[in-house]
Amino acid sequence: MSVNIKEGWEPKILAFCCNWCTYTGADLAGLNRMKYPENVRVARVPCSSRVNPQFVIRAFQKGCDGVLVCGCHPGDCHYVTGNYFTRRRFMLMKKLLEYNGIDPNRFQARWISGSEAAKFRDTVTRVSEQIKELGPNVKFREGRWS
Amino acid sequence: MARIGVFICHCGTNIAGVVDVDEVVKAAGKFPGVAYATEYKYLCSEPGQQTIKAAIEEHNLDRIVIGSCSPRMHEVTFRKMLMSTKINPYMLEVANIREQCSWVHTDKEKATEKAIDLTRMAVAKVCKSKPLFPDSIGVTKRALVIGGGIAGIQAALDIADAGYAVDIVEKEASIGGHMVMLDKTFPTLDCSACISTPKMVEAGAHPNVTLRAYCEVESVKGYVGNFEVDIRQKAKYVDHDTCTGCGACEVKCPIKVSSAFNQGMCDRTVMYKPFPQAVPSKPVIDALNCRKISGDGKCGVCAAVCPLKAVNFEDKGEIITEKYGAIIVATGYELIKWQDIYPEYGGGRFEDVITGIQFERLVNASGPTEGHIRRPSDGAEPKDIAIIKCVGSRDINKGKAYCSRACCMYSAKHAHQILEKIPDGSVHIFYMDVRTPGKGYEEFYDRTREDGANYIRGRVSKIFKEGNKLICKGEDTLLGKPVSVEADMVILETAMVPATDISKLTGILSIGSDTDGWVQEAHPKLRPVETQTAGIFLAGTCQGPKDIPDTVAQGSAAAVKVCSLFSKVQMETSPIISAVDREKCSGCEMCIPCCPYKAITVIEIDMHEHGKKVKMNVSDVNSGLCQGCGACAGACRSGAIDLKGYTNDQILMEVDALCL
Ligand SMILES: Cc1cc2nc3c(=O)[nH]c(=O)nc-3n(C[C@H](O)[C@H](O)[C@H](O)COP(=O)(O)OP(=O)(O)OC[C@H]3O[C@@H](n4cnc5c(N)ncnc54)[C@H](O)[C@@H]3O)c2cc1C
Repeated sequence: MSVNIKEGWEPKILAFCCNWCTYTGADLAGLNRMKYPENVRVARVPCSSRVNPQFVIRAFQKGCDGVLVCGCHPGDCHYVTGNYFTRRRFMLMKKLLEYNGIDPNRFQARWISGSEAAKFRDTVTRVSEQIKELGPNVKFREGRWS
Repeated sequence: MARIGVFICHCGTNIAGVVDVDEVVKAAGKFPGVAYATEYKYLCSEPGQQTIKAAIEEHNLDRIVIGSCSPRMHEVTFRKMLMSTKINPYMLEVANIREQCSWVHTDKEKATEKAIDLTRMAVAKVCKSKPLFPDSIGVTKRALVIGGGIAGIQAALDIADAGYAVDIVEKEASIGGHMVMLDKTFPTLDCSACISTPKMVEAGAHPNVTLRAYCEVESVKGYVGNFEVDIRQKAKYVDHDTCTGCGACEVKCPIKVSSAFNQGMCDRTVMYKPFPQAVPSKPVIDALNCRKISGDGKCGVCAAVCPLKAVNFEDKGEIITEKYGAIIVATGYELIKWQDIYPEYGGGRFEDVITGIQFERLVNASGPTEGHIRRPSDGAEPKDIAIIKCVGSRDINKGKAYCSRACCMYSAKHAHQILEKIPDGSVHIFYMDVRTPGKGYEEFYDRTREDGANYIRGRVSKIFKEGNKLICKGEDTLLGKPVSVEADMVILETAMVPATDISKLTGILSIGSDTDGWVQEAHPKLRPVETQTAGIFLAGTCQGPKDIPDTVAQGSAAAVKVCSLFSKVQMETSPIISAVDREKCSGCEMCIPCCPYKAITVIEIDMHEHGKKVKMNVSDVNSGLCQGCGACAGACRSGAIDLKGYTNDQILMEVDALCL
């Protein structure tokens, strides 16, 4: 499938970040005035395990180009075990996306702690570059034939 | 139809400097459901809050969105403000357009576009918000202090004096930290041990204080008011309940290793107390170096001489689980490993190049030389001594960018002590700047110069040996000339760095740290002893380099925070917890294993179906146990269990709003 990338096209990337680790790490990146691409928008959730696979599918349906789910490091979850569920759920999720013809790299899960501001910056920058390379998501997108 | 008010904050120029606030307001005004949109310079200020309150009345708003700093910063402020209005405090969403927008981007157009998107997401989410009401729970009135340096001791004593129980967890065999290692303290030159050991003894004897020396925190569960902490008691090999601390075993222990307390300048036994005034005043066995435990198994002298049979070579340590209402982190500092980064100072090859903390032991009457200043190589009294400041501090190439704050003062102290003990000696201090902010500090520095200390402005670029002398070569930047000082001994005033393993601890506690590893305070000015996690506080040098007066002030400040938490009979709990829609629940029980708090159970209820009464199994959430992670909501196939404040509807609206 060939995709015509409009000039100046910027991907839309949605990042679900858990309140206790990654969201705090993202805030810390701000406090330290680190710089990263603008195309990532964060949605705050209490725990990465709150993210229902339905949210991810909906994002792709609505034309999101990439989705990132971030939580505390395995073993460090504020809610003890939440991120283990996240990990298991989203391993399956990747398979489902692949089955549906979506490049699984459009969906990524990462563990970033509250003190890892630099890791947040680097992750967001890398994911943003990867999604840019993949181009716009047209697979699932509602009304893509119009 | 919702009537949403959108308020965008400039935060001075913090937001407005990068984001075009007017554009955001204009865009927000057109979002569905928005009845009113405006901006203000500082929304968190009193007049800012008044503006919001007035707008709520004037425009009959029923929910609001605030575009400002992180919700972790002021969500609470704005919720409190809403309590005095007709709007429920949970009918609020905060769009983080500072930490996650204006502070991390420079392209104004793109940042503004992002701020608009973030605001749109918040507006969409708040459309589906519902009023929520908090519950209340009890507070465990017992505090945990991690680290028994002067910061931790001060905090523990203040909490204990207020009538609350407090535990000190210290990883070494005695509390005291660095302060007991020091000889005298600037600017008053009072003996450090004389002022710190009474405090240690007081902590050891206080009925409200439990000392847990030789322990480390393994894991922390729970939340403010209700933490559950696993503490690992390392194997001591001595039963401290039986041991009286008579010292017979220490005297007879045949194996000697270098004493960490004396900075490697003399030996200690393997059965040891770190120093004579240790609290608790009972020994432990350094298992790694013990012949009986880690060697050929032939020894056991200590057990033989112990009159009370308190020695137990089989000790494996144990895990102690305790409940606490609040935690104070006071893990202090360590000194930078200069040997690896300063090969030009010998990298540790020259015995007579020592550090400031080694010098503290050298001048101390109970130190390795009983207080006589003698150089390590030959035990001779050094006459000419060079002091080099900022070794590792203020050195972006080799060390740390920051200033270690106490060194200017303690190097003046060291100079004073040398000139007092060696009247015919000379002291040359290499410095970059002399920083003496503090009461009586500048006067102390002046006195040291009058004593005869020779201050040379410049860094030393090389130290090498010539015969018996150490030659320090550098530049006197005031004269613009190279200088060379012949010294008998050199003292390096090295940088303070965070305790090893601090990142492990911040991970266990889920608290932040800065790029250098120091524990991050919730706000650098206004919340200096709180962390971002409610109920966890900090004190002393774990937050950054500082001297004893500042450390003690923080210890007391953290104690007040704990006491004010404990003064509440009941604490309000967050209403952001899960709830089950019984009509939708099929009783599949998928949610139950997801819950880390065992808050979900199955109950049997009566339902009416086709006019008939039937019994049904449905999930039920215990609101006291639920912590609001939402793992259950992520697993529910029928969407029956949902997390209040982060419902499926709310998040889907947010997702849709982003993709628009
Ligand atoms: C050479 C030198 C001279 C100085 N002279 C002066 C002076 O004259 N006047 C002055 O005001 N200041 C002076 N200072 C500064 C002073 O040492 C500090 O301000 C003060 O000791 C800090 O106390 P603290 O409790 O924060 O840290 P520390 O004294 O470092 O105490 C921290 C404690 O926590 C323990 N700990 C660490 N990690 C853990 C863990 N994970 N679990 C459990 N326990 C843990 C440590 O074992 C230690 O006991 C000097 C510093 C140096 C290096």
